[in-house]
Amino acid sequence: MGNTVISMVEPVTHSGSTDSVIRAEDVHKYYELGDSRVHALRGVSMEITRGEFVAVMGSSGSGKSTFMNILGCLDQPSSGRYFLEGIDVSTLEKKQLAAIRNQKIGFVFQGFNLLARTTALENAELPAFYARVSQEERLRRAKTALQMVGLGDRMDHFPSQLSGGQQQRVAIARALVNRPSILLADEPTGNLDSRTSVEVMEIFQKLNEEQGLTIVLVTHEHDIAQFCKRAVVFRDGTIRKDDLISNRSIAADVLKTMPVLED
Amino acid sequence: MTEILATIRIALRALARNKLRSGLTMLGIIIGVGAVIAMVALGQGAQEQVQQQIAALGSNMLFVMSGNMNRGGVRLGMGNTQNLVAADEEAIVRECPAVAMAAPGSGSGVQVVFGNDNWGTQATGTEPQYFDIRDWPMAEGVSFTNEDVQLAANVVVIGETVRKNLFGATDPLGQTVRINNLPFKVVGVLTAKGQSGAMGNDQDDAMFIPITTLQKKVTGQNWLRFISVSAKSKNETYAAQQQIEALLRDRHKLRGGKDDDFTVRNLADVAEVADQTGRVMTLLLASIASVSLLVGGIGIMNIMLVSVTERTREIGIRLAIGATEDDVQRQFLIEAVTLSIIGGAIGIIVGLLVSYLIPQVLGWAASVSMMALVIAVVFSFAVGVFFGYYPARKAARLNPIEALRYE
Ligand SMILES: Nc1ncnc2c1ncn2[C@@H]1O[C@H](COP(=O)(O)OP(=O)(O)OP(=O)(O)O)[C@@H](O)[C@H]1O
Ligand SMILES: [Mg+2]
Repeated sequence: MGNTVISMVEPVTHSGSTDSVIRAEDVHKYYELGDSRVHALRGVSMEITRGEFVAVMGSSGSGKSTFMNILGCLDQPSSGRYFLEGIDVSTLEKKQLAAIRNQKIGFVFQGFNLLARTTALENAELPAFYARVSQEERLRRAKTALQMVGLGDRMDHFPSQLSGGQQQRVAIARALVNRPSILLADEPTGNLDSRTSVEVMEIFQKLNEEQGLTIVLVTHEHDIAQFCKRAVVFRDGTIRKDDLISNRSIAADVLKTMPVLED
Repeated sequence: MTEILATIRIALRALARNKLRSGLTMLGIIIGVGAVIAMVALGQGAQEQVQQQIAALGSNMLFVMSGNMNRGGVRLGMGNTQNLVAADEEAIVRECPAVAMAAPGSGSGVQVVFGNDNWGTQATGTEPQYFDIRDWPMAEGVSFTNEDVQLAANVVVIGETVRKNLFGATDPLGQTVRINNLPFKVVGVLTAKGQSGAMGNDQDDAMFIPITTLQKKVTGQNWLRFISVSAKSKNETYAAQQQIEALLRDRHKLRGGKDDDFTVRNLADVAEVADQTGRVMTLLLASIASVSLLVGGIGIMNIMLVSVTERTREIGIRLAIGATEDDVQRQFLIEAVTLSIIGGAIGIIVGLLVSYLIPQVLGWAASVSMMALVIAVVFSFAVGVFFGYYPARKAARLNPIEALRYE
């Protein structure tokens, strides 16, 4: 059903290269607060192609989350245009946006945002439920995703029975279950200790390398950004810097040098 | 369909998480539905009983009573005037073409003694036609005869309750009982008619003797309390009533605007009035009970609103991972409907139980109709939809970003 909603969308309104996954054109975002107006994004233009691994950085309040919410179709730009795989998202209706969030985007949050009192497996299969996928297929996909993030033995655990790193891995599995074209992560390691953070980055690197998944990740830490391929720096709602990362860290290697803390 | 089932499963789990709260919320619906079913059962039970009672009086039947009961009934009670006499009864049979049969009646409270047992009951003096008019056959023996009436014979026909209390296992036919110290021979036992009326009058706690015997030997009075009349057919009851009224006014010399000193009751009218009264009463009971169903519905709405607020974050998560507004709305609506349907189901059981217990404990009649059950189910579903809609809508309309940020 989700698929039909997307196929109902006008095919391609505008498109850069065929590999363009994200294309933002002069995106502005205002928040009206009484009389004053907060200008959170002041003309952001950016293109991200398939297989990229982008770190979004910048000081607090610079507009990173606002931008991510727009990329994730949780929010709409006040002006400017945003194309997701060539589709002009601002033309879509709520139902179609929900379908896009469901099918094309995997979102990982700083606070995990798992459903409480719901097992890891059920959490992971939830997007497939809303995609009207059959129960067997849902289970199969959720199990595969959980195994992929190394939680094959914790499927029946509730979030309250999992560590922060494990909860974040359930959230990643959930983000992957509908095989999205892009994974968005807003400070996914913000609540994790350094070793667990690297473990999560290892999963992201693996997804990016092995499956060619496009990833955009917000982080405050340079160490974490170092695992990505490209770093975009925000300041006051605009892009200050946009560089490729040199001397890229490989999480699997870094992990070998880190001491293992006993649980 | 499997999707709806899955949503129902989610709803049940959400409700199970707060068992006490869900239980209390359901209690409103349980009481509401239970009350509606029990009240309607009581109303219909009373209605049916009144109709049975009226039917038990015999078809085509008219009832002439002494005294005027059409003016508030306060001035002259039934049988308190002395101007209805045996000659009136004879005249009715003779001169009213629509009348098939008539039987006079007068009564007295008496003590009946058989051996060492005695029993207080009502002795009604009448003629044999009375049993035909009332469509009341003998279970054993025969009625007294017109000859017995002419001779003022000491013979008696007894009701089932009298038989049970005086004779037990003994065969009453041919036995002699003493009524106010006079010996009477039992010639017949009437079939049981059972309880009647909301007050539980026992129609079988009665005995019948020739009218002449009653007047000459028991009461010493020659006036009648009533005359039972049977019209030739159901269609002629109204004509019979008119003819009797005209005849009696003439015989009692009531001229011009003078009020009747008798009352003619037509059972078809009585039945209709009783039916309407019963229906109004049932409706009244049902509407009072529906108020509690309404209150139950408001309880559901209240708890669903609390639930939506508490689960704002959950709603945010669902919206963020691709649930549509319809998905979220359906989820909460199904939750509300599940609450109300389960409450309704338990309410039906409670209502049935109460409808079963009331006749046992209070002796009132109760009659559960399939219709009332169907309406109860439909209503509890409707209550869930109606009172669940707004909270569900509210949940679906949440902004996902704000919902995710909600603490
Ligand atoms: N719902 C809102 N209403 C009003 N102002 C908002 C809202 N959301 C964000 N802002 C403002 O927009 C600006 C950008 O916020 P945003 O959350 O995007 O920053 P950020 O870069 O993610 O910061 P952090 O690193 O602290 O998460 C801030 O000034 C913030 O106060
Ligand atoms: Mg932020």
